[in-house]
Amino acid sequence: MARYFTEEHEWIDVEGESATVGITDYAQEQLGDIVFVEVPEAGTVVEKGGEVAVVESVKAASDVYSPVSGEVTEGNSALEDEPALVNSSPEEEGWFYRLTMSDSSELEGLMNEAAYKDYVDSL
Amino acid sequence: MTDAKTLPLDQWHRGNGARMVPFAGYEMPIQYEGIMAEHLWTRESAGLFDVSHMGQVELWGEGAAEALEAIVPGDISALKPGRIRYTLLLNEGGGIVDDLMVTNAGDHLYLVVNGATKAGDLDFLRTHLPDDIEIRHLEDQALLALQGPKAAETLARLDITAMSGDGSTPGDFYFMQGGGFEWEGVTIGVSRSGYTGEDGFEISVPGDAVEKLATALAEQPEVKPIGLGARDSLRLEAGLPLYGHDIDEDTTPIAADLGFAISKKRREDGDFHGAERILQERESGSIAKRVGLVIEGRQPVREGAPVLNANGDAVGKVTSGGFAPSLQKPIAMAYVPTASAEPGTEITVEQRGKLFTGIVTPMPFVPHHYHRPPKA
Repeated sequence: MARYFTEEHEWIDVEGESATVGITDYAQEQLGDIVFVEVPEAGTVVEKGGEVAVVESVKAASDVYSPVSGEVTEGNSALEDEPALVNSSPEEEGWFYRLTMSDSSELEGLMNEAAYKDYVDSL
Repeated sequence: MTDAKTLPLDQWHRGNGARMVPFAGYEMPIQYEGIMAEHLWTRESAGLFDVSHMGQVELWGEGAAEALEAIVPGDISALKPGRIRYTLLLNEGGGIVDDLMVTNAGDHLYLVVNGATKAGDLDFLRTHLPDDIEIRHLEDQALLALQGPKAAETLARLDITAMSGDGSTPGDFYFMQGGGFEWEGVTIGVSRSGYTGEDGFEISVPGDAVEKLATALAEQPEVKPIGLGARDSLRLEAGLPLYGHDIDEDTTPIAADLGFAISKKRREDGDFHGAERILQERESGSIAKRVGLVIEGRQPVREGAPVLNANGDAVGKVTSGGFAPSLQKPIAMAYVPTASAEPGTEITVEQRGKLFTGIVTPMPFVPHHYHRPPKA
C-alpha cells in the first residue's frame, strides 16, 4: 500500500484501484477543534480536485478536495457522531471516504511522505 | 497581509504558544491550545485576553458629556463618576458607526472603541465634537481582559491599591464600574466589564508594563491566556454583537435589538443623530431585526448565509455563526423580518445549496454571570 499527499493537505492510501482519503495531521492542527464533517455517500462520482467533503471547526468551514477521480464506495459514518476523530486520529480512524479510482495515472504528481514533509516545512 | 503591526505583547504571545494572525491591522493571537479548551476554561475558571488592538480614547473639556450625546443615544451627562455605559456612535441616518464603552473618569470621559474602526471613530469624533473638546488617543496604552468566574479571586491576589487612597480594590466594583489603581508603581485603570458574558475585568495598562502584568496574571493557577477565536465564540454565546459583522452603518439600534442603549431621557429629548428614524422604528418596528438562532443538527451556518422565506427568496442573512462550545450545538445571529423575530419561530437558512432550520432563541444563549448589586 502506498500513501500520497496533496498540496491541499489530503492523504490518499492506494491499494490496487481502491483508495482511502483523509486530511493530514497538519491540516487538522490548522483547522483546530473539528465539530462537523460531511462525507460523500457511496455512489457519489468525484472528480480530481473537486469538492468532496466539508469539515467545520468551531470557527470556519473548509472544503476537502478529492485527490483523484472515481466513485465513492463508503463514507466514514463514525465521523457523524464523533467528528473529533479527525483531530485525534487524522491519518487513521479519522479517514473521510473510500473510492474506486477511475484513472490511477492521476496519482502522478502527488507527493510521497518525504516530499509532503518538505512541503509542510516550507509553509 | 504582511503590513500588520505588532502589539506590546507580541513576543509574549508567541512564547506562550499562540498562533498569530492579522486582525484589525495587528498581529493577534487567534488561539493557544485550542478554541474549544480555551472557551470552556474561561467559562469555568479565568481567561486572560490581550485586547490592546482596541482604541482607548479620552475626551477632555467642559461639556464633553453633553457634546458626546449629540452622536450617541446614551445618557452620558447623567453617568456618575466611576460608572460605565455601553453606547453607540451614530451617523446622521441613525446607522451604527461603532459600539463603545464610555466611563465617567471624573475629570474626563474614557472611551474604549473597536480596533478595526478606531481610526474612523477618531475622525468621526473630531468632526462632530466641538473644537474645545480635546480628544486624546492613548496609543501607547495596552488593554487586558481577565474573564471568568474565578477572575475576581485571582485579581484579588495582586497587590492593587486605589489611587483614591480609600483602600478599595477592583473586587469592590459591580458590573460596569471602574476606576484608577496602582500596581507595583504602575498606574492602571480597572473596570468590571468584558465581552464574554462572565464576571471579569478589563485593565488598561501602559504598553511598557503590560508584559509584567500579563505574566503576573498568567502565573495564577486559575488563569490561561485565551485567543481571539474563543473570544468570538464566548461573545456569540453571550449574545453580544460584533461590530462590522452583526452591526454596521446599515443597521440601526432598533434593528440590532440594542434598544436598551437608548436612555429614556434621550428618547424623550430626541436630540441625537438619527433620533427621528430610530424613535419611529422603536414605535412601529424596524423592517428587520437581529435575533439569535439555534441551528438544528450539528453543522454550523456561517456569516453571509441567506435567510429564506417560504418562497425561497432571501429576506435576511446570518451575521455570525459557529459552534457553541458550552452548548455543544451550532448557534448564530441573523437579521430576519421583524414578523419572524418571535422566539420559537422556525427560520430557513441556505448554505452551499443546503437548507438548515434555525429556531429563534432569546439571547444570551448562555446566561450572563455579571457581578451585579443585590436587588433591593
